[in-house]
Amino acid sequence: MKTYLPLAIVIALSTAYGFWWKANQGAIRTKKAVPGHRLSAEILGEALGTRATMVQFSSAFCTPCRATHSLLSQMVESIKDVKHIQVDAESHLELVRELDIRSTPTTLFVNSQGIEVGRAAGTPKRDQVLAALANIV
Amino acid sequence: MSEVLENREVAKIYIDARGPRFAAIITTIVLATALVTQNVWVLVAQGVVFLIGAVKGPQFTPYGVIFKSAIKPRLKGVASTEDVRPPKFAQAVGFVFALVAAIGAFAGVDLVFTIAVGAALAAAFLNAAFNYCLGCEIYLLLVRFTSK
Repeated sequence: MKTYLPLAIVIALSTAYGFWWKANQGAIRTKKAVPGHRLSAEILGEALGTRATMVQFSSAFCTPCRATHSLLSQMVESIKDVKHIQVDAESHLELVRELDIRSTPTTLFVNSQGIEVGRAAGTPKRDQVLAALANIV
Repeated sequence: MSEVLENREVAKIYIDARGPRFAAIITTIVLATALVTQNVWVLVAQGVVFLIGAVKGPQFTPYGVIFKSAIKPRLKGVASTEDVRPPKFAQAVGFVFALVAAIGAFAGVDLVFTIAVGAALAAAFLNAAFNYCLGCEIYLLLVRFTSK
């Protein structure tokens, strides 16, 4: 006996979710920051950028992390007041929980005070990164 | 902190990233068939494929072998490679779904079968159509919940 209803439901819901997820990947969201939280050189083990820092949370278990790392580290080569710092999520679980990081790669855009002004899950596009960085004064 | 990607003791194996994508397409077809026909043996066959993929790696499943021998030689373009571990973990997630579905079917609870197969199908379809990796998305959450 064949029944097509479960298949139709699964495909319809998955397709809707898939498009939504795809649209959100790499998008820089500004409302996810934890209020009052500040990142600093002590926490990260490296100094922040003089104007802005992109803090990328990665894990070894993460295919898009390599691509994101390549993109961002190459972009900051020509932007002197912005730094790119990579943090291993699995060995910084305390920080991951404080910041409510749910997946890797998640890249936090922080200003010179260490305050998060936006974050992107997944690999952001070059234009989105440039626009986000331009907004940090 | 950039040593994180280089400094791991585990020997890293990289596979052609298009292989798991191809396997996801086949998996989607097989699971859709199982769901429509409500045939537990189709599901069991897919479960065995998941198990091989989870334990040995996706490149050792029948789909992986077909990809390597028949599909890959016909593809143009440079293959991007990926660490084998996320697809392996995704296969393990698929196996758990298949196991639950099989238990449901053999225990006579068809609803469990339908829901578990539906969930596995959703994951395979999302991977095939959108390159979405369910295992990758939930891995960090799992680590957060299970670690001190």
